[in-house]
Amino acid sequence: MRAVLDLIVGDPQADRAVPPTGITARLTVFATAVMAFLAVLVLAMSTTAGRVADRWADELAQAATLRLPADAGEATVENALEILRLTPGVAEARALTDTEQQALLDPWFGPDLALDTLPVPQLIEIIADDPPYDADGLRARLTAELPAAVLDDHARWREPLIVAAGRLRFVASVVTLLIGAALAATVVLAAQASLAANVQVIHVLRLVGARDIYIARAFVRRFTLRAGLGAALGALIGVITVQLLPTGDTPGNFLSEIGFQGAGWLWPLVIPLIAAIVAFAATRAAALARLKEQT
Amino acid sequence: MIELEDVSCGFGGRPLFSGLSLSLAPGSFHFLTGPSGAGKTTLLRLCYADLRADQGQVRLFDQDATSLGRDAVAMIRRRIGVVHQNCAFLDHLSIAENIALPLTVADRAAEAAGNLPELLAWVGLTAQANQLPPELSGGERQRAALARAVIMSPEVIIADEPTGNVDWEMSQRLMTLLVELHRMGKAVLIATHDLTMIRAMKAEVSARVLRLKDGQLAQAGSEL
Repeated sequence: MRAVLDLIVGDPQADRAVPPTGITARLTVFATAVMAFLAVLVLAMSTTAGRVADRWADELAQAATLRLPADAGEATVENALEILRLTPGVAEARALTDTEQQALLDPWFGPDLALDTLPVPQLIEIIADDPPYDADGLRARLTAELPAAVLDDHARWREPLIVAAGRLRFVASVVTLLIGAALAATVVLAAQASLAANVQVIHVLRLVGARDIYIARAFVRRFTLRAGLGAALGALIGVITVQLLPTGDTPGNFLSEIGFQGAGWLWPLVIPLIAAIVAFAATRAAALARLKEQT
Repeated sequence: MIELEDVSCGFGGRPLFSGLSLSLAPGSFHFLTGPSGAGKTTLLRLCYADLRADQGQVRLFDQDATSLGRDAVAMIRRRIGVVHQNCAFLDHLSIAENIALPLTVADRAAEAAGNLPELLAWVGLTAQANQLPPELSGGERQRAALARAVIMSPEVIIADEPTGNVDWEMSQRLMTLLVELHRMGKAVLIATHDLTMIRAMKAEVSARVLRLKDGQLAQAGSEL
């Protein structure tokens, strides 16, 4: 903690030993700000995708549909409902009304569809309990008692969603790591440029008895603070951008849900800290290596 | 204190000198003279570990210079005050900050508050304390370099052509300051090609005059 405080407060005398480098400083702040901004967007999309995929998967896992042929009579429907009520793990089972079925078809056929003129199957909505029912067991029983009934537990929709969400998280992790690596490379390049531009200063400091760590410290502190400041600015702009993205009430609209929730808000706060740590380690290693070369 | 034994040194395969020996004892005063390009600056650089000898042994404060680590070299330089030929200042710092630089890099900047005013007065630069090095004359820069060289109270003062860019009056003033340091017990080694100044100073201080010529270091004789 003391070391961190020393790094932030610094030694004004030691800092002044190395002349200020305007363009390098501004470029470092700009580059780290851009990277932090991108990192915030990537993390926002990744966490949102994960969250939405989880929710969709949960919703799909909870709800299933039993489809009966269009010509199934009320007795068949009742029979199916009875089977479902007696199945452990089924919290609720109910036949959709004509109005509800009509609403499901509205997006494709419009509101004026005469449902009774079409062979529309009868749907029964099944809400799973916790723990849920055994889908394979239920399917076997339905095959035996109601061979025309088709149980759709949405597995074929749910599984690709879970796989896609996992892949999206993986890609986001790789992109975030690449952004971190690019940040480290940028800071190293800027530090190397600054060290090269200050060869004469370093020579004088050495002649009056400065140790490598003293010289490195001035550069490390400078670049750590620049990276931290740039990342803080970039993260702030990133958060504002995410907040300004269009929101809507359309359920399932991924773009309208991009943002952080709960503990996810820690990510934008952590980014400047991580950027500063990366810059500290990268500059220190680069400075000491460079000073060793400049014997 | 500083001992060179059978030392050879050169650049790009061309030897500057070989088999050279030199010993600086505490409180000694040496002039090093010789023609330009004879290797005076190279010899001085060996004395403050800014260069490594190709052959032979260099011992600085009883330590073998060839085996010194980078931190150890830094520590050695804090015990040797060097007045460089070109003064070598940090141009973005004021003269006062440049003079205090050895204390600053040794994390002893607080001590400057006590020493600096006295030191500035000693070299006659009190009025120029806040000026930047490029704003100073050659003589003022040399005096500032001397003040920087002594602020750590080193045991040895090495000066490379300290009067090279100044007039006779300023040369005398600088040499007087160096003699004062010698009287305080410091070992002093001055490289100069200015024989007139050496002759003038020999009246004030008991100095050994060495001549580096054709790769050989010898006691100067008749030319003085």
